[in-house]
Amino acid sequence: MSELLRLAFASLWNRRGTAALTVFAIAVSVALLLGVQKVRTEARESFAATISGTDLIVGARSGPLNLLLYSVFRVGDATANVSYSVYERVARHPDVAWAIPISLGDSHRGFRVMGTSEAYFEHYRFGRKRQLEFQAGKPFHDLYDAVVGADVAAALNYRVGDEIVIAHGIGNVSFAKHDDKPFTIVGVLARTGTPVDRTVHVSLEAIEAIHLDWGSGMQAPKGARVTAEEARAADLTPKTITAFLVGMESKATVFMMQRALNEYRQEPLLAIIPGVALQQLWELVGVADRALMIIAAFVVLAGLLGMLTAILTSLNERRREMAILRSVGARPGHVFTLLVLESGLLALLGVLVGTALTYGGLAALQPWLEHRFGVFMEIGALGGYDLGILGAVVGTGLLIGAVPAWRAYRNSLADGLTIRV
Amino acid sequence: MTAGPVAPGVPTAPAIDLEGVTYAWVRGRTVLDIPRFTVARGERVFLKGPSGSGKSTLLGLVGGVLRPAAGRVAILGQDLGGLSGAKRDAFRAAHVGFVFQMFNLVPYLSVLENVVLPARFSAERRAKAGDLHEEARRLLAALGLGTDLVARGVTQLSIGQQQRVAAARALLGRPELLIADEPTSALDWDARESFLQLVMRECASAGTTLLFVSHDVSLSGLFDRSVALAEINRAAATPAGDAGQTRSAA
Repeated sequence: MSELLRLAFASLWNRRGTAALTVFAIAVSVALLLGVQKVRTEARESFAATISGTDLIVGARSGPLNLLLYSVFRVGDATANVSYSVYERVARHPDVAWAIPISLGDSHRGFRVMGTSEAYFEHYRFGRKRQLEFQAGKPFHDLYDAVVGADVAAALNYRVGDEIVIAHGIGNVSFAKHDDKPFTIVGVLARTGTPVDRTVHVSLEAIEAIHLDWGSGMQAPKGARVTAEEARAADLTPKTITAFLVGMESKATVFMMQRALNEYRQEPLLAIIPGVALQQLWELVGVADRALMIIAAFVVLAGLLGMLTAILTSLNERRREMAILRSVGARPGHVFTLLVLESGLLALLGVLVGTALTYGGLAALQPWLEHRFGVFMEIGALGGYDLGILGAVVGTGLLIGAVPAWRAYRNSLADGLTIRV
Repeated sequence: MTAGPVAPGVPTAPAIDLEGVTYAWVRGRTVLDIPRFTVARGERVFLKGPSGSGKSTLLGLVGGVLRPAAGRVAILGQDLGGLSGAKRDAFRAAHVGFVFQMFNLVPYLSVLENVVLPARFSAERRAKAGDLHEEARRLLAALGLGTDLVARGVTQLSIGQQQRVAAARALLGRPELLIADEPTSALDWDARESFLQLVMRECASAGTTLLFVSHDVSLSGLFDRSVALAEINRAAATPAGDAGQTRSAA
């Protein structure tokens, strides 16, 4: 066997030009497959890491996915609000460690504005229980203070001290602006790779203040308006909020609290466990990445079929070589094994080069991916699944190699020692 | 890489013994019909036959690659008919060396690697060769090839040099039988005789039987015996004798 392996290697080396092309074709397809697999895993992890540490998300009764999408991903809108008194009752409950109110509905140049409390900076967690950190500045304190996410700051070139105006509604271009009550940026959050990066944070009271003189989507006529300074004196306790996040003192009480909220009589509420809802959402989104994986697998198959073509075309000119080997004592079985080994070697080299390409590409693209998309691609050892994929590629290579090997076997039986030129 | 124990030859039996052998590539068109053909141990026989006379078929039978339609092929006393395909391959690898007309060498191996190839497939040949590389160098030198050629790629050699390498390979591990199929037809006249003499000297010292097949009768004087294929082959008179060369590649 080792002698045949040496022969197979020498034979490939003799045809190293075409062999290198074949190896390269396989390598590129393998790199694609590994890359897709890597992105898939990272995307899944990053998706699951959007929110952590939160035990329940509570909103008006709609669907769990809808609630998850607007409260965490800032996608879509709430159909109804939750009264502030419910939030206060839950926040005061002895089993509840913390609660973060969320009030959505306004925007700033395409970025969503979220009214919340200082508890947000203290208790909100993402990734592996990571806390929000400030790239510059501090949490909002004054009524007209705002804290922007990293993407907002980068896209609009904002710094601490800049003044911004919030637009009414969530359209990209809005004509109704709260320009009588401008905000000052007091903090810029560090990048999280989650929707937090694309959010402008203000206090709940600020959301109340800018809407004091608003009714049914329009600002009151000039005479009835409330100035920014007058608003400070008004009662700014909100009547409703969009949703709130809850952290429990003990995990054991999560289900009890969830049931209690879902069965709350005075108001139709929905309480969801983020992990479960994220899983459901991923099952929807995951179809696309499975499709990507299947496409990548077919590209690998195409690479291996290229190898098959290359070996098959070389067979005729190698009949003489086979007859020589037969004359020095090789059996037809040796000829078969020799060709299967050649395919195996090509596939193995393809897999090795492909893996190297993947790591090289990852190392080269890592800073850009993190900067551009907030996705951190960890460069680690190959996982069991990756190794399984690579093994399957080599196995398929060996299997495909059986086709030319069988042809050569039949040839060598028919040709015997007759050397055909 | 050998297929189990190789059938040993019988030391006293003739090197080649064909009895009532017939062969047909296509049913009903007999190419070979040899009532009796014997080559004694150590004998050097010149087998004469024009191309298309069934020479390659005869060599295929003697080499155990082809099986006769009828009759008995015994090499070194071993009836090849009684061996399986794998056993016949192993027997050939252990006891028979081949040199062909041209293109004898594996292009991607060096001269030395080509010469030691038989030892890779046969434990007998390996054992008999002793120190493989030393024996290969000795044979190459005995056949008139300088030691500077040993590590070269075979494609850099002239045809005459290639044939010497092929002969060295066929003789490695002292096989009992050497079959040469037109090995000199690609060489010029002076080279033919010196090549043949060197091969014969090596055969003599190793006790190797030589079956030399050629259409070129001018060399026949150097042999113990000269046989025309037409004399031993009863099928030679019929035009069907050409079938062996004109068959299409399978």
